[in-house]
Amino acid sequence: MKKSSSSKRILQPTAVLLLAGFAISVITACNQAGGTKPAPNDTATVIGEYTADLTHAPFVPVARNYPKTEKVIVNIEVVEKVMKLSDGVTYTFWTFGGTVPGPFIRVQEGDEVELHLSNNPNNKMPHNIDLHAVNGPGGGAEATLTVPGHTSTFSFRVLNPGLYVYHCATAPVGMHIANGMYGLIQVEPRGGLPKVDKEFYLMQGEFYTKGKNGAPGLQPFDMDKAIKEQPEYVVFNGAVGAASGNNALRANVGDHIRLYIGNGGPNLASSFHVIGQIFDTVFQEGGSEANHNVATTLIPAGGAAIVEFTCKEPGTYSIVDHSIFRAFNQGALAQLVVAGNADKVVYSGKISDELYQPGGAVATQEPADPAAPDLPLAERFKQGQQLFEMNCSSCHQSTGLGMPGAIPPLAKSDFLMKRSDEGIGILLNGINNEPITVNGNHFQGVMPKLSLSDDQIANILTYVRNSWGNKSLVVQEKQVKKARNQ
Amino acid sequence: MKLPAVSILIIFFLLPPVSSHAQVEAPRPVAAHGQVHTEMIRIPAGKFQPFLLAADQKHERHVAAFLLGQHAVTNAEFLQFVKANPQWRRSSVPRLFADNNYLSQWAGDENIGNAAIRRSPVTNISWFAANAYCKWLGKRLPSLDEWEYAAAARPENADPGADLSRIILGWYDHPTPAILPAVESTYRNTLGLWDMHGLIWEWVDDFNSVMLQGGNFYCAAGSAGTANKADYAAYMRYAFRESLQATYTVGSLGFRCAQDIK
Repeated sequence: MKKSSSSKRILQPTAVLLLAGFAISVITACNQAGGTKPAPNDTATVIGEYTADLTHAPFVPVARNYPKTEKVIVNIEVVEKVMKLSDGVTYTFWTFGGTVPGPFIRVQEGDEVELHLSNNPNNKMPHNIDLHAVNGPGGGAEATLTVPGHTSTFSFRVLNPGLYVYHCATAPVGMHIANGMYGLIQVEPRGGLPKVDKEFYLMQGEFYTKGKNGAPGLQPFDMDKAIKEQPEYVVFNGAVGAASGNNALRANVGDHIRLYIGNGGPNLASSFHVIGQIFDTVFQEGGSEANHNVATTLIPAGGAAIVEFTCKEPGTYSIVDHSIFRAFNQGALAQLVVAGNADKVVYSGKISDELYQPGGAVATQEPADPAAPDLPLAERFKQGQQLFEMNCSSCHQSTGLGMPGAIPPLAKSDFLMKRSDEGIGILLNGINNEPITVNGNHFQGVMPKLSLSDDQIANILTYVRNSWGNKSLVVQEKQVKKARNQ
Repeated sequence: MKLPAVSILIIFFLLPPVSSHAQVEAPRPVAAHGQVHTEMIRIPAGKFQPFLLAADQKHERHVAAFLLGQHAVTNAEFLQFVKANPQWRRSSVPRLFADNNYLSQWAGDENIGNAAIRRSPVTNISWFAANAYCKWLGKRLPSLDEWEYAAAARPENADPGADLSRIILGWYDHPTPAILPAVESTYRNTLGLWDMHGLIWEWVDDFNSVMLQGGNFYCAAGSAGTANKADYAAYMRYAFRESLQATYTVGSLGFRCAQDIK
């Protein structure tokens, strides 16, 4: 709604005054917004008004790029709700807009933002919002403290362009953030950012549950772990697998990509990295300075970064916190799937794999194994357990549960247990990016072909096929031999 | 002090007398209300350490002996009050005394509707309504100190190592159920009081007397002046109370009455 319209309403009784008022306000507005230099606080007259389109991660609203300063209405509802944190694990999240992270807000430098924060009547807690894009006490927190069943409103001018975190700042602040109350607001510089092909929104955050990583059921928040900064989960977009597997980000070879990355914390700084990509440009900490040719960028808790790169090769790219145990053991793993044709000059793939024998020693021929004796299940199970822990558990986990969205489970795996070859073929050949479906979930990735003897493969499979609820007959060495020779 | 607090204090000074005029005749003797006889428990005098201290407060606070309702006021009990005091009907209550959600869980003015919530704590009531109810029975709302002191008592039969904050945080960890459970459904503490934590929030007389976020709260995250920085459960009670105004009604906020010992 234009400013002139409000003058119109006020002056309605007299038609003459209406016209006069309309004309004057338009002229005033043009003069102020167009010709003169912005005042130190850049509180230029607001021309126009719209309600912001908010998007949920991984999506980013389209930049609107308008020439004048506008009033932007932002409506956000706080909802406390139980959602999935990982497979079989749920958590009572406190959310902006029903998701973790909260909605992406995109406005333009100089805009007047009118924010309406509603607290759902079914919530138990009061909530508020502190936007790092605000110049003012508490970033809006004091102005928006809202009891369940109420809506608070405040407005602010976005004077500084950049990418900013917003979060709840109601006591106890740490717990509100730890329960998922954070999101990003992008204040577009005047004139906008250069156009790219795809933009995505990712936000890291860690969760402190009473139960250990993977412990099933509704998990309560653990204050002691939060104070010690020892999370059970470190995730992108609010849950393990929220941006991998079926939910992976997707692009094509040649696409210019821009990622808006936030870190809600509450505690950990992120060593943000995309495996196999180099960022052409990084706006570190979401600021205005562009850094180039960066592989890993640090994102503080309560901070953000914009990274840009070009997809040169097809494949699946893992997006990780390169504080690497978080990625492989706690869930900080997203994926970007790039489709298109390979360029062998940029990336050859494996050209060859030959025997390496330092000192020129002659490879000793493995002695022909005359007999492949059948062993009882208990013996192969025991040997297999040790071999599994050494060779398999770092990915599939000692629990056999794998990692949702990234590593398929072995426990009660229909994919494994229904195979006519008992899984021998998988261990002999590995899996090379072929899409598979396990218990209804899709996976696509690489399982390396390990150098295991036929005896060892029989032991591992006997263990795997009789653990974590799986039950079947012993797998004997001669079965593996037979499969290998086919 | 921030502006809303000032305005609340002004309301406090100005409105209660008005509301007590609006609120029918003078308090009647308790015996007149046959259906409303929540047992009052004698809380012995004692000292306690408040969670949050104003600059001029002593660390230990003394609380005189008083009576406190064994459980929170139920929908059925509150219905008796509304029937006797029609100005507190949903359709008649002035917006000055309760916001739009007042008694919104009821089917009608004098009709709870859902039988499953008759013995559940009455919620969606404003401070004014809670205060009027207690006065109707010749009672009053407990003070913040009285409530915190009584609520700090451990659950009876609890394990020696049992931690009260676990019960409280357990309540926070679960979304509000569609049907609020009945009173006397959680635990009884060593004073004989039911559901002091884990069922609802409760109004106190001076709910806005300690400001958690006034002034420098955001810089210090409210930790300056707290007796126990790790007591997150207490942070939340104080934050919740602070977000309230006397006309507000909330689906998880009820009350119980207190009484002086004569």
